[in-house]
Amino acid sequence: MKIHATKEGNAIVVSLKGRLDAVASPEFETSLSDWISKGENNFLLDLTDLDYISSAGLRSILATSKKLKATQGKILLTGLHGPVEEVFKVSGFLSIFKVFASAEAALKEI
Amino acid sequence: MAVLTHLKVPAKMENLGRLIASVSDSAKAQGFEQEKISMIELAAEETLVNIFHYAYPERPGDVEMICKTEGGRFIIEFIDSGIPFDVTAMPDPDVTAGIQEREPGGLGIFLMKKVMDKVRYRRENDRNILTLIIQRH
Repeated sequence: MKIHATKEGNAIVVSLKGRLDAVASPEFETSLSDWISKGENNFLLDLTDLDYISSAGLRSILATSKKLKATQGKILLTGLHGPVEEVFKVSGFLSIFKVFASAEAALKEI
Repeated sequence: MAVLTHLKVPAKMENLGRLIASVSDSAKAQGFEQEKISMIELAAEETLVNIFHYAYPERPGDVEMICKTEGGRFIIEFIDSGIPFDVTAMPDPDVTAGIQEREPGGLGIFLMKKVMDKVRYRRENDRNILTLIIQRH
C-alpha cells in the first residue's frame, strides 16, 4: 500500500493506494499517530485509489478517531467506492464517519 | 468437486499475502467478478488473521487452506490444529454503536460471515475445520 500525505490548510489529506489489509494497517496507523503527535488534528482520508480494506484497516481508522476525540479532532472520508464502500457499509462505519463526494467538499467542513 | 488450491504453511502473518493471492487466483479462474473476488479475499483474510492471532497461543503451528469448486459454488476450507474455536458461535458486534462505544473485536469475523453465503465449523481429530461457501451468482 502507498500512503501519501499533504497538508491542506488545517487538515492533513491522506491518500491511500492499494490494499489496507492486516499487513499494511500498522504502518498506516503509525503514520497517522506521527501526524497527531506533531499537533495535527484533522484528517481527510482520500480512498479513491484504495482497492481493498479489511477489518484491520477499519480498526486503525477507528483507533485514530478515538485518539482524536480528546483534542476535538476529526477524520473525514472521501472517494469511497466498490468493495471498500461495501465494507464500510456492512460494518456500520458509514453511520459513524462523515463521507463527502469530493475532497474539496470535505475540506470546507474543516 | 475439483480442488483448485491446497496450501499448508506456518500460521504467521508473513504468509498472508501468498495465501490471499492464491485464493484470489482460484476465484478469478472460476470466473468470479472483481467485486466478488474482493469479498472472497476479505473473508479469507479475516479467517486467516484470526487463526494467526488466536489458534496457537503457546506453540507455533500450521494452517491449511484448500480452495474447491462444486457446481456454481466456490468453497474455501481452513484447517488448523490449534485450540478449539468455533467462529460461527461468536456473537455479532453492535454495528450501530457510535465511535466511542465501538469495540475493536469481532468485526472481522462478522464481515466474513456477512460476505459468505454459508459458514460451517467442525472440530475433527483435534483440528478446527472452517468451511466458507459462496455462490458465483
